[in-house]
Order: sequence, then C-alpha cells, then structure tokens
Amino acid sequence: MGKIVLVARLAARDIRRHQAQAVLLLLAITAATTTLVLGLALSGVTNHPYQQTRAATNGPDLVVGYGVNLGPTFGVNLNPTQGPPPVSAAQLRADTSALTHLSGVTAYSGPYPVASVVLQTHGLTVPVQAEGREQTPAAVDQPKLTSGSWVRPGGVVIERTFAEALSVGVGDQVTLDGRPFTVAGIAVTAAAAPYPNCSLTNCMFTGPQTAPSSSNVSTLNVGLAWVTEADARAMASPQAPLSYVLNLKLKNPATAPALVNQIFAPGGVGAPTSAGIDSVNSWQAISSAAGELVQDEQSVLKAGSLLAVLLAVASVAVLAGGRMAERTRRVGLLKAVGSTPGLVAAVLVAENLALALVAATAGLVIGWAAAPLITNPGAGLIGTAGPPSITLATIGLTVALALAVALASTLVPAIKAARSSTVSALADTPRPPRRRAALIALSARLPVPLLLGIRMAAGRLRRAVLGAASIAVTSAGIVALLTFRATVDHDLGPAAGQVGDPVVTRDTQMLLVLTIVLVALAVLNAVCTAWATVLDFRRSAALARALGASPRQVSAGVAWAQVLPAVPGTLLGIPLGIGLFKAADHGMMTIPPVWWLAAAVLLTLAAVAALASIPALLGTRRPAAEVLQAETA
Amino acid sequence: MNTIDAGAYVLRTRGLRKEYGREAGLVRAVDGVDLEVAQGETVAIMGPSGCGKSTLLYLLGGLDRASGGEIWLDGQDLTQMSERALARLRRDAIGFVFQAFQLMDELTAVENVELPALLASRSPRAARKRALDLLEQVGLADRAKFLPTQLSGGQRQRVAVARALVADPLVVLADEPTGNLDSAATVEVLRLFDQLHTAGQTLVIVTHDPRVAATADRMISMRDGAFTDQTMLQGGTSGRLGSLAGLEG
Repeated sequence: MGKIVLVARLAARDIRRHQAQAVLLLLAITAATTTLVLGLALSGVTNHPYQQTRAATNGPDLVVGYGVNLGPTFGVNLNPTQGPPPVSAAQLRADTSALTHLSGVTAYSGPYPVASVVLQTHGLTVPVQAEGREQTPAAVDQPKLTSGSWVRPGGVVIERTFAEALSVGVGDQVTLDGRPFTVAGIAVTAAAAPYPNCSLTNCMFTGPQTAPSSSNVSTLNVGLAWVTEADARAMASPQAPLSYVLNLKLKNPATAPALVNQIFAPGGVGAPTSAGIDSVNSWQAISSAAGELVQDEQSVLKAGSLLAVLLAVASVAVLAGGRMAERTRRVGLLKAVGSTPGLVAAVLVAENLALALVAATAGLVIGWAAAPLITNPGAGLIGTAGPPSITLATIGLTVALALAVALASTLVPAIKAARSSTVSALADTPRPPRRRAALIALSARLPVPLLLGIRMAAGRLRRAVLGAASIAVTSAGIVALLTFRATVDHDLGPAAGQVGDPVVTRDTQMLLVLTIVLVALAVLNAVCTAWATVLDFRRSAALARALGASPRQVSAGVAWAQVLPAVPGTLLGIPLGIGLFKAADHGMMTIPPVWWLAAAVLLTLAAVAALASIPALLGTRRPAAEVLQAETA
Repeated sequence: MNTIDAGAYVLRTRGLRKEYGREAGLVRAVDGVDLEVAQGETVAIMGPSGCGKSTLLYLLGGLDRASGGEIWLDGQDLTQMSERALARLRRDAIGFVFQAFQLMDELTAVENVELPALLASRSPRAARKRALDLLEQVGLADRAKFLPTQLSGGQRQRVAVARALVADPLVVLADEPTGNLDSAATVEVLRLFDQLHTAGQTLVIVTHDPRVAATADRMISMRDGAFTDQTMLQGGTSGRLGSLAGLEG
C-alpha cells in the first residue's frame, strides 16, 4: 500500500512539474478517444429519425413503381428522342388489383401518376419527379407539411431536403417543364429517401435527357415534388410518359422484404413476363437509404478513428520518449536513494496511465456532447436522433483504448530508463545515438544542415520511423479527402456546383473535421519529435557549434532530421489514402489530379519543416557553453 | 625554448565580465579580466573549481556572450560579432579541447577529427586526408577507425587535440585537458602540447593542476572570476616539460 501511495505521489508531482507535456499527452489521447466515441455513438441512430417520419406521414411498407422501362443508367432515361412505352390503363388496373389483393396488404394509396420533368428556378435546372396527388389527405403516405399548404392547381409542394438544396421557400416561383408554379408548401415523406438518395426508391426520372457529360443538368440527383394529379398528367408527353407509384400498407411491416421477393418470384405479380412493375421497395430499404447521411459518417469515422488511434500512438510514443529524455536525472536520483528499477518504471508508467484515464474521460464527455451535431439526420426527416447513449461497452472500449495507447508507447521506454546506469542517469547524459556508417559517409558529401540532419535522423532511427508513420497517416487522411473531392467532382460533372448535395456536403464536412483532427495530431507530433530530437542531440548540437556550425545550421539540421523521414511518409500516404477511400466507400473512385497530390506533398513537407523549426530555434537559444559545461560537471 | 613576440598579440581582452543573476543574486563569474596572449605563447590559467576559468575560456572562444568588456582575436572584436560570424571564427581560428573529450560516440576517430573541416564545407576527400595526417601526428594512425568507446582516455584526448587542429587554428583553447586522465595519459597529452608549442601553436590551457600549469610559458592564477597573480615560467612547454611537471620518473 505504501508503495502505491509513493508511486501515486511521485507521479502526481511530476505531472504537476511538467504541465505542458502533460497537456500535450492529454490532447493526443483525447483526440483518439473522442473520434472513437463519435464512431460508437453513431451506431443505432440511423433508423430513429426515419421511424418518426414514418409515423407522422403514415408511411408505406411497400412502394411500387411501374411504367418505367429504364435504360442502362439507373433512374434516368438517357434517350433524347423517345421515352419508355407508356403503361396502358388496363395493365395499370390489373397490376394494382393484383398488388392490393396480396395477402397481408391492409391499405393502399395510388397509383399516383408521376411526371418526369425539369424544374427551373434561381437559374438552376434540375430533374424532378412530380407526383400527382389528390388535394385530400391520402390513407397511406400523406407527406407531412413542414411549412405552407398542400398541393393545389398551379401550386407545387417540394420535398424539404430538395427545397433546401434549391434554396426555395413557400411563395417562390418555379417552372416545371416550362410551366409556372408557385411553391405552395415544403414537406417530408417516408415513401422516398431524402434528396438526392433516389437510387433505391421510387425516384425514377424518365424525362428526355441528353448524355450527362454534355448536359448542364445533373441526371444523378433527381428531386421529388408533389403537384395535383391534373397538373402531373398535363405534363406528360410521348417523350416522357407518366410512370406510377403505389403505396401499400401491410398487416405485418416486418414481412415487407419477404413480400418484395414474392412479387418478383416466377409467377409472382411482378414477374418480368407478367407486368410492367419495375421497382418494389420495402420501408426497410428506404430507411436504410434515408440513413445514408449517418451511414457515410460511420464509414468515415470508422476509418478516421483508426487513423487517429495510430497517430495518437505515434504522438504518445514520441512524447513519452521526450519525457523520458528529460527525466534521466530524476531516474538517477530515484535509484540513488534506493528505488528499485521496478518502482522507477512504475512511476513513469503510472504518470502516463493517469493521463490516459483523464483523456478517456475527456473523450467520452466531448464525444457525447459533439455527437448530436453529426447524428442530425438532415432536413429530409423529421425528429432527431436524440442524445447518444454512452453504454458500458462504449466506456469500457474507450478506457481500454486510452490505456492501451499509453501503455504501448511508454512501457518500453520506462523499462529502459529504469534499467539504465544510475551513474550515467545522474550525470544526465543523453543516450548516445546509433552509428549508421553508410549514412555518416553519405552525409559527409552534403551541405552542413543536411549533414547534421541525416546524422540526427540516423542516430534515432526508431523515432524517424515513428515520424514517417505519423506523416503517412496524416497524408493518407489528406489524400482521402482529395480523392473524395475528385470523385464528387467527376461524378456530378459540370452540374456539380449547381445544386448542393446534402450527403456530399456532410461527408465533406466530416472528412474535413477528421483531417483537421489528424493534422492537429500530426502538428503535435512534429513539434514533439523535433523537441525530443533537440533534447537528445543537445550535446552533439552544442559540440557542432563549438566546432564551427552556426546556430542556423544546427536549427536547419534539426528541421532536416524531421523532413527527411517525412518524405517517404508523405509519399506512402498517397496509396494509403486512396486505399482508405476505397475501403470506406465501395462505389466509383476518381484519383485526384497529379498536381493536387504534388501540392499536398509539398505543402505537407513545408509544414513539417516550419513546425520543426520552432523547437529547433528554441533549442539553439541555450548557449553551447552552458550545455558543454553541464556535460562536464 | 620558443621566442615570443610580445607585441603580436593573437588574443586580448579588456575588462572582460560575465555575470549571472541580478541584484542580491548577482554572480560575477568573470570579473574584469585583462589578458594578452602572444603568437606562439602557451598560457596556463589556474585556479580552484568554480573560479570562472572555464567560463573565461568559453568567452574567449566565442561560445558564450560576455556581459561587458572586449575580446579581440586576430584583430576582431568578438563581442560585436553576430552568432554566424562567431561560428565562422570558431571554424577557422579556434580549436577547442575539452576535459570530457566531447567526442561523438557514434563517429570513429577519423570521423570525429574531420568533422570541423566538413562543417567548414571542405571537400570530404581533403577533410579525410587532413584528419588522417593529424591522427598520424598524434600517434593514432592505427586507431583511425576505432570508436571513442574503444579508445583509452589518453587516446581520446589525443583525438580531441587532433580535431582541434584540423582547421589550423590561430589559438587552441584547452579546458582541463588532463582533468579526466591518469598520470600516464597526462604525459601523453602534455607531450602533444609540447609538440604544438614547438611548432608555434598558440595555446591557452585552463587547469587546476599545478603540474600542467608548470609546463606553460606563463601561468595566471585566477580566483573569484578575477586574475590574482601572473608568473612567467622559464621551462615552458618546450623540452623538459615531463621532468618539470614531475610526471616522469
């Protein structure tokens, strides 16, 4: 018991004496734990807002789309001259009758005519599905108005996410295929995923379009609007015949996916040989698509928390190494007064474990407080995800991660320090650098700053590898962000900038925040690594100055010692970042232009050099004579 | 015995001061030192530990900044020079020998000796040739590829002396050069200094060992940061230094 108290007291005193280092260590581990908590907090929040919207709109269990004979591009008819064949009234009646009489169907609404038209407003041109509705409320899927009133002749209701992307509100004027309409209301629905996630639902644009590459209309993101049935029918043309949507309510909503299979099974209502039914979507599928905002965040955060943890390990390892270098004399004193190596190691490890526990707590609190910002389901759904629940598992995982990071990075240096010679520890002699004969010979041919930089980096190869790994992780984050941007630009084509995509916007924000976290950790890492180098090479640097090197050359040497490992690290980050993007997003990927990557590499290296210069310059402010005299004493 | 041209001072100080702390805590490590060292002269500065002699040596070598006074080396006032100019001066005109040798442990003997030449941007080939020549001069040609940890104390200090000479400095400043050595190694190093003196090298040696001080042309006593006494010695470091210092049987 006495020993535990002693260890705790010594650790507490040391933390209090080196507060700046303690804060840096806290920051590094807190960044990792916060990212983890955010990632965990997102689990399970995906469905909640959709369920609230479904309840408020009496949302359907199955949404059937028919009358759409699409080409190879999903959701869009690219044929400029000819639309799909129109659905005959007889077939529509037959299909509807068959579907509404399926076992388990308790209610339905529709079939509603859907016109594929082009909406124009505020200089924007966007493809839209205009669903024709009765002016009276529907039994199934009555969109919930969030402002304004329901459809009327010449009055259109626009889905809320789509309206936000267009920046239109109640009373604004829009045109649908050139016909003027007034925005009567803004509404949400559970029958389709919010804009622009129409790929899984009844979002089928059948209007005439030229190929996407030559069009200024994005054919990937199709908006949803409601008009009166008469208005919808009036907008139909031979090039863009009407399609139809039927909403079904089931006795047991859980059976919806099974019923989809039954409809499309051989001999089923929707079997290819029997009808014009093109899509049937269960509410579960729509819910999943509606949660894409949060799901994408989960993918980003999963990969991001892994990167943040890796970076935190590197940061803490470097910090711990630096802390050990500054505590050599203290270790000597402890041993001189009778402490065993075990007690010395325990004191050093206890300090970092205590800080890790505080960082875990901070991560839990910050993550819990920040989670609502990223669990916001977006404008397409009503309700909120609510505060994330911090479960025992979350707490356990977070604490375990923080302790593991601290332990993995401090145990070895602590044991090494504890085993060091008491006499040399008391003399506070830095551990001599490793000899790398080939690099020493190579450096002799180079300018003085490079000569010093190479010898410093070679003398502490483990630290150089950690530095390279840290930069590789940061660089991977930056490259992933660039790849995301390039992919978005490529996919959305020339229309990318026309209408905002909420998913893209949210993903960009998440990646940006994550990249900022990674960059902040990398900054911390670069400064700490440079400072540890300054401490370790204080004698060599003072000696170099005594032998004729200028302070500027020595500072530049320290900076080079950081930049040299950063070069392979940054380059390695390019394939890592692209791989990371591919792992997190299984869709199409566009490699960023070479000049983007080259600029990222150069800027990263310049930042490393600039950051390393700060401790390097501070290090050379101490007179060389003072260092050399201290070594002699 | 060497002939000393007393008029041609290589190194000169006037009212040199180095102070630490303020008011009640003020410590005068070097307190108004006037010193003149002629070309080819060997001066020993002697005094007890903490009297300020090492601080004086670092001031003379431009490794530390004076609080007041002047330091002139080869006609240039060190107190008015930038850090960069001081670095250049240390590279070209000053050689340091330290008590704790201050060799880089990861470099071999020859790599340590050639380092100042590389810092002066000499060609690697020329630097290596000069380093090998110097190691031969100090009798360590066969130890050129040895790491400092593989050398004895005397050998390490001889490597350090070779390193101090690599740029053909105007003056060699030695801080307790035998402080970490046993008697035999001390003789080795003093012999080396004797050779340097014979060759006309200017030397300033700081020591608290009277046997080492006795080998100089002039011995200055120092106490509490100031010079208290000066003695001209007849033997100097030429010829009979071993017997004068009482180090040889």
